[in-house]
Amino acid sequence: MNRKKTLLSCLKWGFVGLVLLLCYSPILLLAVYSFDKTDMIGKFEGFSFAHYSALFTNPKVLGMIGNTLLLAFLAATLSTVLGTAGALGMYYCKKRVKGTIHAVSQIPVINAEIVTALALAVTFVAVGFGKSYFTLLIGHMVICTPFVVLSVIPKLKQMDNSLYEAALDLGASPFNLSLDDYIVTMYTRPAGFDTISTYVYNATTKGNAHTAATLSSFWALTTILFVVIVLFVLVSNLVGRRKKEENA
Amino acid sequence: MKLPRFTRKSLCIPYAVFLVFFVIVPMLVIVFYAFTDQNNNISFSNFIKFFSDPTKLSTIVYSLVIALVTTVICLLIAYPIACILARSKLKKKFVILMLFVVPMWINFVLRINALREIFNLLASIPSEGDWWGSWLTGANYFKTVVGMVYDFLPFMILPLYTTMMKIDNSLYEASADLGGNALTAFTRITLPLSMPGIMSGVTMVFLPSMTNYVVSDMLGNAKVTIIGKFISNYFGNDWHMGSMVALVLLVIVFVSTWLSGGFKAEDNVRGTNL
Repeated sequence: MNRKKTLLSCLKWGFVGLVLLLCYSPILLLAVYSFDKTDMIGKFEGFSFAHYSALFTNPKVLGMIGNTLLLAFLAATLSTVLGTAGALGMYYCKKRVKGTIHAVSQIPVINAEIVTALALAVTFVAVGFGKSYFTLLIGHMVICTPFVVLSVIPKLKQMDNSLYEAALDLGASPFNLSLDDYIVTMYTRPAGFDTISTYVYNATTKGNAHTAATLSSFWALTTILFVVIVLFVLVSNLVGRRKKEENA
Repeated sequence: MKLPRFTRKSLCIPYAVFLVFFVIVPMLVIVFYAFTDQNNNISFSNFIKFFSDPTKLSTIVYSLVIALVTTVICLLIAYPIACILARSKLKKKFVILMLFVVPMWINFVLRINALREIFNLLASIPSEGDWWGSWLTGANYFKTVVGMVYDFLPFMILPLYTTMMKIDNSLYEASADLGGNALTAFTRITLPLSMPGIMSGVTMVFLPSMTNYVVSDMLGNAKVTIIGKFISNYFGNDWHMGSMVALVLLVIVFVSTWLSGGFKAEDNVRGTNL
């Protein structure tokens, strides 16, 4: 009986471990080849920090990282202000007004990103705005603000909001939503403006030797980010435990 | 004339204006574009063209099938994991849950790029007559589905885990006391009580996997066309047809949300406010 139980628990955790391993294998592969001399994955030619030094010296790469971060920072700040104010205001509104705003807020969340992106692009061009940094920022805010509203409202009502908390845990904070976005950026960006997402997408689908060099410095970036995130999770876990012990 | 007084309610005015201009107006604009021609005359030609074109209809079916397969595989992988984690007495299980979420914090396009490199590496494994390499290089649909499962799995695990954590342990004790075995406990307790989690997980996976053409483009060698890709093909050259496809997609999205009860949860939210 006991042996059967041990076997079962081995099987269970083996399965969890296997899925985790599969989830991490692409990132680990990039991490290994970020230390390779060449831009090719497959043959390890020799250990080098070339991709790391390129990451910090190549003005094109630095420009894209800057673009991505600044856009995410602006979009997150503005959506948080707009969304928090909106949620607070809604809380005091009549039920009908509140219900309408709530329903409209759900549209960008439920809707396919591509539909939101196309609708915005068509509208901007139709009214003669064209495409600029402003339209790009608006595009990101349309994706981010409803998330802020829909996660603030339950907090105001003191009710269970496990789903939106789950979404936030999954990285749906406005900052992360903007960092990751490809589709809306693609449709509302001004010509020649690249974020990490748009660049990597284009380099992957129609790449050449020139883009491969830039792409490989993003492997270095991924590795650094990954290490930072893992450290963050470990540290916050340790700190959380210490706090609990202090409380107890 | 009396100026409107500033009250707490007025805080939502900027947000309401923002929604009108950048959510409602754009939706009306695509409806307008979908039912007009190049000269802005009302026309149903796009509508007729869309529904009489077998390629377009088969793309919709393909997208639905890919999304369905992705959702089922995600559910089959995520359900046992959520179950194991939620029912385990391990103190550190939250850390394991976080491990599933951590990859989401790395740029999604970069992660799919990494997965593509894994596939290229796997395809280079030598085999007799290179059957394996040539199969994997050509298996565009397979790679697309794997990519989508890889990307959307955490969206399935998390809602399942949260609902399963809420199941009261005394139910399992009662089931064991009354002589129920593990299977009975699963079919009578875990499965019915985790239904809300299944529903929200399915919505979070099904809809993006029908439209997220970034995955299918990067992993399917541009051979896999899902409905999202269609819209991007029309982008810039025929906005009227593009809007028509977007409108069809919009209808599909809202119908499937309605079917999965996504709007019902919202009614409950309002109900608690009575």
